[in-house]
Amino acid sequence: MIMTFETVLFYFLAAASIASAVMVITRRSPVMSVLFLIVNFFSLAGLYLTLHAQFIAVIQIIVYAGAIMVLFLFVIMLLNLGDEQRLAERISYKKMIAVGLSFAVLMEVLYVVAYSGTEFPTKNLERAVEIGTVEYIGRELFTTFLFPFEITSILLLAAIIGAVVMAKKKID
Amino acid sequence: MNKFNVLDLWYSSPLVTLVVTGLVLLVLEGFRRKSQRMAFGVSAAGIIIAIGLTIVTYGENQPAFNNTFLQGTFGSFFSFVFLAAGLLSLILSREYLERLNIHRTEYYALVIFAIVGMMLMASAIDLVVLFLGVELMSLCLYVLAGFMRTRVTSNESALKYFLLGAFVTGFLLYGIALLYGTTGTTNLVTIGKNFEAYSGNAVFLLGVGMVMMGLSFKIAAAPFHLWAPDVYEGAPTSVTGFMSTAAKAAAFAAFITVFLRTFEFAGTKVSEILAILAAVSMMIGNIAAIAQNNVKRMLAYSSVAHAGYMLTGIAAGNEEGQIGIMFYLAAYVFMNLGAFSIVSLVEGQNDTRLSFDDYSGLSKQQPLLAALMSVFMFSLAGIPPLAGFFGKYYVFLAAVKADLTWLAILGVLTSLISVYYYLRLVVLMYFRDGEAQVAAKPSLGTIVAISLAAFLVLQLGLYPSLVVNIARGGF
Repeated sequence: MIMTFETVLFYFLAAASIASAVMVITRRSPVMSVLFLIVNFFSLAGLYLTLHAQFIAVIQIIVYAGAIMVLFLFVIMLLNLGDEQRLAERISYKKMIAVGLSFAVLMEVLYVVAYSGTEFPTKNLERAVEIGTVEYIGRELFTTFLFPFEITSILLLAAIIGAVVMAKKKID
Repeated sequence: MNKFNVLDLWYSSPLVTLVVTGLVLLVLEGFRRKSQRMAFGVSAAGIIIAIGLTIVTYGENQPAFNNTFLQGTFGSFFSFVFLAAGLLSLILSREYLERLNIHRTEYYALVIFAIVGMMLMASAIDLVVLFLGVELMSLCLYVLAGFMRTRVTSNESALKYFLLGAFVTGFLLYGIALLYGTTGTTNLVTIGKNFEAYSGNAVFLLGVGMVMMGLSFKIAAAPFHLWAPDVYEGAPTSVTGFMSTAAKAAAFAAFITVFLRTFEFAGTKVSEILAILAAVSMMIGNIAAIAQNNVKRMLAYSSVAHAGYMLTGIAAGNEEGQIGIMFYLAAYVFMNLGAFSIVSLVEGQNDTRLSFDDYSGLSKQQPLLAALMSVFMFSLAGIPPLAGFFGKYYVFLAAVKADLTWLAILGVLTSLISVYYYLRLVVLMYFRDGEAQVAAKPSLGTIVAISLAAFLVLQLGLYPSLVVNIARGGF
């Protein structure tokens, strides 16, 4: 089997994203977890690029790896979690059940997606290139998806009110 | 196709009114020091105008905003229910909020935005809009649950609801993504048209399962109900009343939109799963409710059981099922809201006076409140001629027609169990001497609002055809 450059890139990025995701949940130090999460976001952005979704790839880096991760790091530093040993969780039978169930769901999803012989709508490269661009997404947002787009603004407004209600120091 | 139609604005005018009301409330808060009293008037006026517009725009199905929003009888019916529940709950929560010192303008704004989210869930014909509606409603409810910031239980309630809700959002969104992956569209009308082609597709079914899970969490059906008792108990009682009625109705509206109006799963494995969910909810809800000594927790488990009864209608998958659920929800909203408002009147400061014993002898001190509470309890238990009876009657009838007789029988049996804990409260109020008292003398407005809810419960029970005809899509 001859592997194209794209396939090699896919396997590399997929391996990187899975490995970094595992590292996120296994590191003791929260700062290390956050740094691995950034690696994860970057490899996901790379995966989006191989799918010709340039807009989502860029947004992934700007919004997640940029803005949100900075907030994460700040919160972790401000919280000053201190004794990292105490963060380590004990293994209980409930957690084992949870792990078992999660694993079952993962296997189920993998089986369904990979082996059930499901036909996805044919992968159309030209179409994918077309709809991945910033122009196309912008046009769709302001025409077909104008209504959801406007609702998102209300959603964000409600979130801001909620944050103010929850975090305001003095209540009059 | 992508042209903007001015009529769309008219169809969505109740929504626009509410959003404007919410914005006015926020501005008001910045300019007036004591804006709460005015806030109540403004939000009540906004909701009443929205109710008027909902009635005026009531009519034939008409897609709007590029097929993302459906103006029609189904959406209008539910919008009316949400708005009425919102208005009643605002009237009933004002004194409670003042008493507990959390009377703030943001409360009204959040309730209004939550109603916007609910109306979107009921009128959506696009999965993106449906999802945004679910999120808008949930976000407002997370904050409302933690509105009493000084109380630990309220914080616990908000945090539990938020963390579990955010987790479930992941499932819902993944399900929607899988549906989009197999069908290539998020539009429910298009998916519904080609449903036959997708119904055997494994990835499609996986998406359906994930969406089912996400919505089951929102309606608090077992086994996705574990959040409900803690959240309902910890949240301010006025919020719990709103959350357990309007929010549940909204989640069921979304459930009906996806599982009855888009998919046709009647008689397949998917409807068997729904039937099992319904059966488990009825059993767990009713059996766990017996053991509760806190009235709010009892009502929380009873709401799990009611979710089970209503799921019976979805599992049946026929038109009777849909109409049955719509009637049931209309009845449930008023009886549960009424019950919670009386709980909020009896409740004291700092989570006190919430146990069953605090209701002993209530009929001596407050004969009217005790009588109204009895009406709500009888209706929740499903005793004729109250509305709760006909709700159950319609959904069980639908189940029998869909060859799910075992589910209907189970429903009747578990209803019998529920009579015990509902009537226990009534017995305590009337036949036991005790020190029952209400925290403050309820104002005339509160009494009128509760009486109105009780009147509607009675009215819906005596003339169920009023609502059934509207649910069928006419007047």
